Amino acid sequence: MSTAATTASPVSPLLSTDGLAAGYGGGPTVLRDVTFAALPGQRIAILGPNGGGKTTLFRTLLGELRPAAGTLQRPPRIGVVPQTERSRLDFPVSALDVALMGTLSTLPWWRRPGRADRERARRALADVGLADRADRTFGDLSGGQRQRVLVARALVQDAPVLLLDEPYVGLDAPSIELLDGLLARLATDGRALLIATHDVDQARDWERVLAVNRRQVAFGPPAEVLTRETLEATYGAELVDVADDRCVIPPHHHGHDHA
Amino acid sequence: MIVATLWHTLIAPWEQGIDRRALLEVLLLGVTGGTLGCWIIFYNLSYSTESLAHALLPGLVLAALVGAPLILGGAAGLAVAALAIAAAARTPVIGRDTAVAVVVTALLGLGALLALSPDTPAGLGELLFGDVLGVSDLDLLLAGLLAVAVVLALGLLHGRLLLVGFDRLNAPALGVRPTTVDVALLLLVAAALLVAVQGLGNLLVVAVLVGPAACARAVTQRMFPMMIVAASVAILAGCGGLYLSYYARTAAGASIAAVIVATYAVALTVQAARRSTRRTLAPAPAAAA
Repeated sequence: MSTAATTASPVSPLLSTDGLAAGYGGGPTVLRDVTFAALPGQRIAILGPNGGGKTTLFRTLLGELRPAAGTLQRPPRIGVVPQTERSRLDFPVSALDVALMGTLSTLPWWRRPGRADRERARRALADVGLADRADRTFGDLSGGQRQRVLVARALVQDAPVLLLDEPYVGLDAPSIELLDGLLARLATDGRALLIATHDVDQARDWERVLAVNRRQVAFGPPAEVLTRETLEATYGAELVDVADDRCVIPPHHHGHDHA
Repeated sequence: MIVATLWHTLIAPWEQGIDRRALLEVLLLGVTGGTLGCWIIFYNLSYSTESLAHALLPGLVLAALVGAPLILGGAAGLAVAALAIAAAARTPVIGRDTAVAVVVTALLGLGALLALSPDTPAGLGELLFGDVLGVSDLDLLLAGLLAVAVVLALGLLHGRLLLVGFDRLNAPALGVRPTTVDVALLLLVAAALLVAVQGLGNLLVVAVLVGPAACARAVTQRMFPMMIVAASVAILAGCGGLYLSYYARTAAGASIAAVIVATYAVALTVQAARRSTRRTLAPAPAAAA
């Protein structure tokens, strides 16, 4: 696993917040006091219960919601990798069509993706190990392949920061392993990855953990954040089980939130 | 002898100028209906398209009453329908579908009342069912301009239409505003309705805008080939409808709609047969990597 840029260094953060708060349409804030920085090479697990503010944080980082308080420093482009079931699987698009969508953020509205853009999309599909699936219909691919196509789309955006929304949900063990290796490689290449997840064990292998529950509970290296106290403050005492001396979140709480 | 008879059967309907003009109108509307129709069905706009087509009837009747161009009346009818639907949809408790149904029923009824009043000149049938055999030079010009505009616009918007249809939630993060794409598509649909309703009528226009695309969806899996197949189906069904109309002495617009529906039945049968074959030949499920 990549451990690049995990310690204090002169490297500038790719993205940072200070006392960030956010809400919807001038209503009450649903997330507050978020202060963290994402350095190149870091995979940051975003842990939190359903309704705890993970989606709100992502939408604020993407610029879709205006911060209600605090500051946000972000790069001009941020790649987003949604859950595959959020896409329309019946839509008549190939894996290449989906990867090409990543070019739209840099094209003026009157321009269609050209040959160079198509080449870039094919390269991104090759990077995620799907060069031979470029012409397959997206809905016909397996869950793991679809997730990697969406990663390829984010790569085409050429964004230094990627936000991944529970990318491991619904994947089988081989797919998880493939995706894990891919994310490690993307981090090693100098990107920062923010990964919403409920998998505490997986988060232990990453460089940082940000725990939120309508406010920031903790941010830091996994060894400091993934303690029983922090997880209880994040998920509530009754939701934290102890297995093999490690805290885990029961699977039936692994839903998806919109807050 | 047989060849000569067959040849005569094929060309007889086009010997008069009026029929050749109808054929040209059908070709142009086929290109528009086929290409645009694919986006209509994938954006779940079939019901809205049918509703708007019906809702512009009062505008068409009023234009016929005062002797104004039908296209202007239709445009005004569309604007009123859009505003009425937007207002009704804001009413608490009433859902959007119900609001559309209430407004469209009211406007269609109003159009029929106006058209059936004693002071109204005859011609409701033409407004409802069209008169593809009576298209004017202006109708042909408009149909030609519309076909060019629709193909160009869909070409420019292709990637953005794919993105918003496929992943509306995340489109803004990829630099595309779904509302802008929705409005652009609705404007194209409105323009297509306004032009196509002249030839095909208020009740049958949806057949050309939705039917061929539904056929193509049943037999293709990618948007670009689907648009080609849909336009081809629309053109061939249009020609078939005109043949049917000529030899069976049936109304042209209704004949075209009937051929499109028959083609859809064939496409569904082909789709069912392909699925059955695929299931029979399918290997054991592979690992989900």
